[in-house]
Amino acid sequence: MNPIERSIVQPALDSFLNQEVYLHLETTNGAYAAHRQESKMTIGAYIRNGRISYIRGTITGEGPYRVGLKMKDGWVYAEGLTDFDLEQEGKLLLAGHDEEGRLAVALELSLEPFEL
Amino acid sequence: MDQHVLVVFPHPDDETFGCGGTLALFAKSGIPITYICGTLGQMGRNMGKPFFANRETLPKIREAELEKACKAIGIRHLIKLGLRDKTIEFEDPEPIVTRIEQILREVRPSLVLTHYPGYAVHPDHNALGGLTIRAVSRLSMQDRPTVYAHAFARNCQDVIGPPDIVNDISKAADVKYAAILAHRSQSQVMLPRDNMLQRESFWTYRCS
Ligand SMILES: [Zn+2]
Repeated sequence: MNPIERSIVQPALDSFLNQEVYLHLETTNGAYAAHRQESKMTIGAYIRNGRISYIRGTITGEGPYRVGLKMKDGWVYAEGLTDFDLEQEGKLLLAGHDEEGRLAVALELSLEPFEL
Repeated sequence: MDQHVLVVFPHPDDETFGCGGTLALFAKSGIPITYICGTLGQMGRNMGKPFFANRETLPKIREAELEKACKAIGIRHLIKLGLRDKTIEFEDPEPIVTRIEQILREVRPSLVLTHYPGYAVHPDHNALGGLTIRAVSRLSMQDRPTVYAHAFARNCQDVIGPPDIVNDISKAADVKYAAILAHRSQSQVMLPRDNMLQRESFWTYRCS
């Protein structure tokens, strides 16, 4: 992955507009956060291969970045994004890494289902 | 009964950090080891430091790391259960218990190493440790292997007491270190600390 460049990510978001796409959306502070006492709670949530369609998708911020996908009936939102990857055809990977390089948040879109 | 060690853990690297030295010593003395690894650690947040993996490339990278670590330790037989990281506690337990039971009957291990249910921090550890113990409990008394359970929850000793098996692994420290390095995506943020290269502890688990 490479540091996010809005001028590349924005057109990538636009390329998925108004069609059914597969979504991976995740946030985590690590399975051992409470154990290591880095935090009081271990926090994590993800959806993998959720199917959505959005009518407007925007990346904002000065870095770390935010992405909002406006759907007909709702929103998808992610904050803290730092890096992107467009290496695979039809896939946009966005992730936020902490200062240790650990994943904290991920938002990924794909025309094909993500592997299970 | 011939000696054979069966290891059951959910994540690539559990075998190394928790008991790599103990396993290396078994392998060195010629005892065969079979490792059932539940998942590919697909949902780990460590991506290397600096990161070189992402959510989508991580499974294949960890699978390769697992094979390298097994080679370093001397684990020759690796069975991947194909489960998904962080989901074991939500799966129907029956097929998994049955699969482990089948492997137990084939391999006929003298010793099983797994996580101590309830005291192994990660939900996958607790779930797969519990399923393994259920599978062992299905064997008749005389066929049951000894079970070493690995626990590391904070203050677990207040409840389950001190470990009864404390292995000096200093003679296998270099092997364990090599296995830790093999798990490159995971170990760069978690290099060996405390006495991870000197001792490994287990609790003998009494299956009911
Ligand atoms: Zn683990």
